[in-house]
Amino acid sequence: MTHTAKAPPAPAQDEILISTRDLTKHYRIGGGLFGGPARVVRAVDGVTLDIRARETFALVGESGCGKTTLGRVMLRLQEPTSGTIRYRDTDLTDLGEGALRALRKNLQIVFQDPFASLNPRMRIEQILAEPLRSHGYGTPAEIRERCTELLEMVGLRRQYLRSYPHQFSGGQRQRIGIARALANKPDFVVCDESVSALDVSIQAQVLNLLGDLQDQLQLTYFFITHDLSVVRQFADRVGVMFLGRLVEVGTTEELFAHPQHPYTMLLMSAVPRPDPRRRGEPRPMMQGEIPSPMNLPKGCRFHTRCPFARDICRAEEPMLQTGGGPAVACHFPLEG
Amino acid sequence: MGRADPILSVRGLSTAFSGDRGNVTVLDDVSFEVGRGQIVGLVGESGSGKSMTALSLMGLVPQPQGRVSAREILLDGVDLARLDGAGMRRIRGGEMAMVFQEPMTSLNPVRKVWEQVGEPLAIHQGLGRREIRARVLEMFELVGIPEPKSRLDAYPHQLSGGLRQRAMIAMGLICEPKLLIADEPTTALDVTTQAQILQLMRDLRDRVGTSIIMITHDLGVIAEMCDVVNVMYAGQIVEQADVFDLFERPAHPYTRGLLASIPRANEPRAGRRMPSIPGMVPNLAKLPPGCRFAPRCGDAMPLCTRAPELAALGAGRSARCWLHAPDAAQPLEEMP
Repeated sequence: MTHTAKAPPAPAQDEILISTRDLTKHYRIGGGLFGGPARVVRAVDGVTLDIRARETFALVGESGCGKTTLGRVMLRLQEPTSGTIRYRDTDLTDLGEGALRALRKNLQIVFQDPFASLNPRMRIEQILAEPLRSHGYGTPAEIRERCTELLEMVGLRRQYLRSYPHQFSGGQRQRIGIARALANKPDFVVCDESVSALDVSIQAQVLNLLGDLQDQLQLTYFFITHDLSVVRQFADRVGVMFLGRLVEVGTTEELFAHPQHPYTMLLMSAVPRPDPRRRGEPRPMMQGEIPSPMNLPKGCRFHTRCPFARDICRAEEPMLQTGGGPAVACHFPLEG
Repeated sequence: MGRADPILSVRGLSTAFSGDRGNVTVLDDVSFEVGRGQIVGLVGESGSGKSMTALSLMGLVPQPQGRVSAREILLDGVDLARLDGAGMRRIRGGEMAMVFQEPMTSLNPVRKVWEQVGEPLAIHQGLGRREIRARVLEMFELVGIPEPKSRLDAYPHQLSGGLRQRAMIAMGLICEPKLLIADEPTTALDVTTQAQILQLMRDLRDRVGTSIIMITHDLGVIAEMCDVVNVMYAGQIVEQADVFDLFERPAHPYTRGLLASIPRANEPRAGRRMPSIPGMVPNLAKLPPGCRFAPRCGDAMPLCTRAPELAALGAGRSARCWLHAPDAAQPLEEMP
């Protein structure tokens, strides 16, 4: 047995791998000596979500909606303000430092900019060996063998072990970022805009790699992105986030074919279509700007931009109805 | 003058940089036209030369490392290739203006927005502050900045990304340029804001008749906006076509690969794996002999070790590919 780090046991079909209940992350801004009155930014404001084992769950939303914060809080890279996170049978929320560290090898993240997340002075071998060593993977020979295996797993040649990050293209660096995240055989991987900075021809290669690795290694992806086109072609389920809350959750096909929340529908209709024949088609367009997360409107957070808002929307906040099926937080969901 | 007389005609534009490792040609013999009132696209991946084309036209290539040469660059009959630095300064921001990707980095953070937006008027038309302020207000109204009066005295950080980009477009248009060059004007924006800005640019073309060069990596933006498209790869134009022809019958294998590999938000998932273009964009310092796309091309043949010319295919189309070169028809048919 060369691998002291064992892969976690394969979960049963439809098993919930990771879930959150009423998760929040609030930031206080100001209130210091010179900061003026303290204000609270509700970056994540009550998210309840179940991620199933081996699925790709995409989290989409515009900048500032809290999607990156949610990803980080789920891994406890940032501490939640309230709520719970469960991973398998473990409550991550009240796990101590040591136990959390040990569990971290199962929970990994791939960032958007692979160059910024790779130490420029380290050779690829050191970059890949570091997480192995810190989790006590094995002897130096075993670690070296694993580094080679990882590199080949992401489609790079073993000669590259001696190279430095600047010698690689953006696509190759992202492959290295993926290899590093997978070093200790995690089963849950947060991909935070992991293909957003790549050219289209390279983006498709990296997405195919992520898909292949998911099949081989039984991975579960929490795929954070602003790119709805990638979501439709890659994700199994989608959550749409607006100002700290999920406003709609459903399978990719349900959601794209029949969006129920006006925000989801408007977001989708804004995506430029690579088909000039359809350019003249009238389409609903979102007006105005996103309200400040420091100063949320009363009632539904979306009502200031919603073309269908009525009185109740300005008074009462609709809640996401969770259950097995699709869920939407809207008083007047659109009909499929 | 009719539409046959283009507002811009570029012939044989080449740009090279000299550095420690010798000369690198980043633009090679680029020729294209922009008709009056047309939106012409330059599309390509990173390193294709699309932004360098814009900088070369604007006379903004860093000196003395960069060397720009062209047979002619006719802007409404005036040959920019023959102008000196002072001559280019009179054109830049006046008859030809540019909008960049990141409005925050192209605006001075400590100067009021109206002063910056109005600066070209002071430079090119010698107007006084009062006239400039009035003109900026008109421009703010034209580009759809809400409550325009109250935004005049704002600083850049007080505006949202979408409003900053509107202000940049206002600055680009304030001297009523004959040509506006927009370099990835919506890439840094959220998709809903992007839709608003694209709508604005279309309106400006329709109402004011502004001719626009649209530089983007996004084929969706191209399909929504452009009349004519130039596809660039590794410093060369590899295909020129009317936008409908390009999407319906792409001629160059690179264009075909690009169109196949873009994820589409408006179509159900095609399968587990996405079509992609193998390999990566070549290093401009180490270009392959002959066709620059050949190493990644599924249609490559022995002839491709010779460099193909951009050859006319009729109906305003051209492609730089031996598959379409008339004198290559014979060897093509002989291929098994």
